[in-house]
Amino acid sequence: MSDSDLSGFGPAGTTRGLPTAMAAAQAPEIILADARSTSWSRRDFIKGIVASGATVAGLSYFGAGCTTPLPAQTAGGVERLISLDVNGQTRRVDVLPGETLAMTLRYKLGLTGTKLGCDRAECGACTVLIGGVTHYSCSTLTHRVRGREITTVEGLAGPNGELHPVQQAFVAELSPQCGFCTPGQVMAAVALLDRNPNPTREEARVAMSGNLCRCGAYHNYLDGVMRAAREA
Amino acid sequence: MMKDMMAGFELFQPADVETALDLLDRYGDRGWRLAGGYDSLDWLKNRGKGPTAVIDLEGIDELRGIRETSDGIEIGALTTLTEVETNGLIQERFSLLADAARHVASPQIRNAGTLGGNLCQDTRCWYYRYGVKCYRAGGNTCYAAAPEAMNREHAVFGASRCVAVTPSDCAPAVVALDAQMVVRNRRGQRVINAADFFMEPSVDIRRMTVLEPEDLLVAIRLPNAWANASFYFEKVADRNVWDFPLVNVAAAFRMDGSTVADARIVCGAVQCIPRRARSAERLVRGQTRSDQVATSAGAAAVQGAEPLAFNQFKVPLMQNLVKRAVQGA
Repeated sequence: MSDSDLSGFGPAGTTRGLPTAMAAAQAPEIILADARSTSWSRRDFIKGIVASGATVAGLSYFGAGCTTPLPAQTAGGVERLISLDVNGQTRRVDVLPGETLAMTLRYKLGLTGTKLGCDRAECGACTVLIGGVTHYSCSTLTHRVRGREITTVEGLAGPNGELHPVQQAFVAELSPQCGFCTPGQVMAAVALLDRNPNPTREEARVAMSGNLCRCGAYHNYLDGVMRAAREA
Repeated sequence: MMKDMMAGFELFQPADVETALDLLDRYGDRGWRLAGGYDSLDWLKNRGKGPTAVIDLEGIDELRGIRETSDGIEIGALTTLTEVETNGLIQERFSLLADAARHVASPQIRNAGTLGGNLCQDTRCWYYRYGVKCYRAGGNTCYAAAPEAMNREHAVFGASRCVAVTPSDCAPAVVALDAQMVVRNRRGQRVINAADFFMEPSVDIRRMTVLEPEDLLVAIRLPNAWANASFYFEKVADRNVWDFPLVNVAAAFRMDGSTVADARIVCGAVQCIPRRARSAERLVRGQTRSDQVATSAGAAAVQGAEPLAFNQFKVPLMQNLVKRAVQGA
């Protein structure tokens, strides 16, 4: 995520919410004078700054998606309140016309296993299954997948919470390094093995080629896919 | 610049072509046709384009599917690239197109991306995509042809003020197969030869195809005339996945014994439209496909090339790709 994230946590977001506090923070003597007169400790004051800064940052991050002006609705446009079939559950959710599936999953349904990397269909971290087929959820409008069967990494666990065979194989082969791309890699591998339970290493390489790994653990992931195919 | 979050728009999800055409007619150039949507959403997130209404074509089943017709096959414009790549009928008769579709972007993008969308996609010139007011964006300069500009991926042929190129892998293939594009709007339907579908900047610098804002590409027809010909497709790009071609070639040779009865050799990413190497085609017609003929065809194909500061490499690259296409190697 780029500018919107940074503006949330950087000076812009803080200044917007707390102009006087910011000015105070730049002049320590005044803080101490204030603290004494209102019997606030420096620690309380800094905690306050951090907490309100975080609130402002969160608001500006999420608000950017929610408060964009919408043109007046005319007949025929989509209904905002829709039902989604996510991991076998029906979820009612209020979805903006321009909302992507990754945003809905992460910030409305709390399914943060799906990661947002580039937000431009160029990295694969947000890969989910729609009707059993891999898609980049960052570049799929949520309204498009009404009534479709959506599977995220949270939906792979067995009835007693045991890991999916692909996940177990990835653990056994130490496939992830930093782990950020792993949910996407898992989904790509699951889709491959559903379609082709015994892929060659080359077939697996092609199937996994839409998922980047900045750690470069591609061979470890391929080892994981091949182990999952053997052991499943 | 605000990134990632799209500006507001109204979303329509018509279930049939007529409704979609009504919407396109109503909104004109303020409407946006959403097919696979991956490139569209990039445009909208980057705020490079700001449509009032987005018309999502996903729900229109009649735009999908691969059908056999009396004189060939017809592919719905909304058929995904994965389906084009794996369809038995296309693999059997027009493997050139299946091969081209297989070289597009990444597996996930092929699962969502459609043949129609791939053919109609906008250019990748990053000056244009960055949102500067270049000729293509309605301004009065080309940033990519400036003396210090980075133009490694730009045109070596047919530049006219704009030096952008077609980024499509399927476009050269449909031109080589003499495909026909079925286009509809509210007033009716017209069928356009693939070779006439793509727009040169000298004719209209603002768009990549002949489609008007109210038009919808509904299907691509592949006539049997080129079925089971000898095909060759090759794409050269910086990365094996995701990347757009530096140069690609799609070629079809109809053989009469060991001699070439007719040929189509088309290169992408060297001009704003898929470029037919007509002189190379003429040269191989009536010949056997020897190394010598291939070498001359390659040399003929790049005659008249006008590279920019950083894309001279495209000339020998295209020359060698045409040569290899004729060799069938």
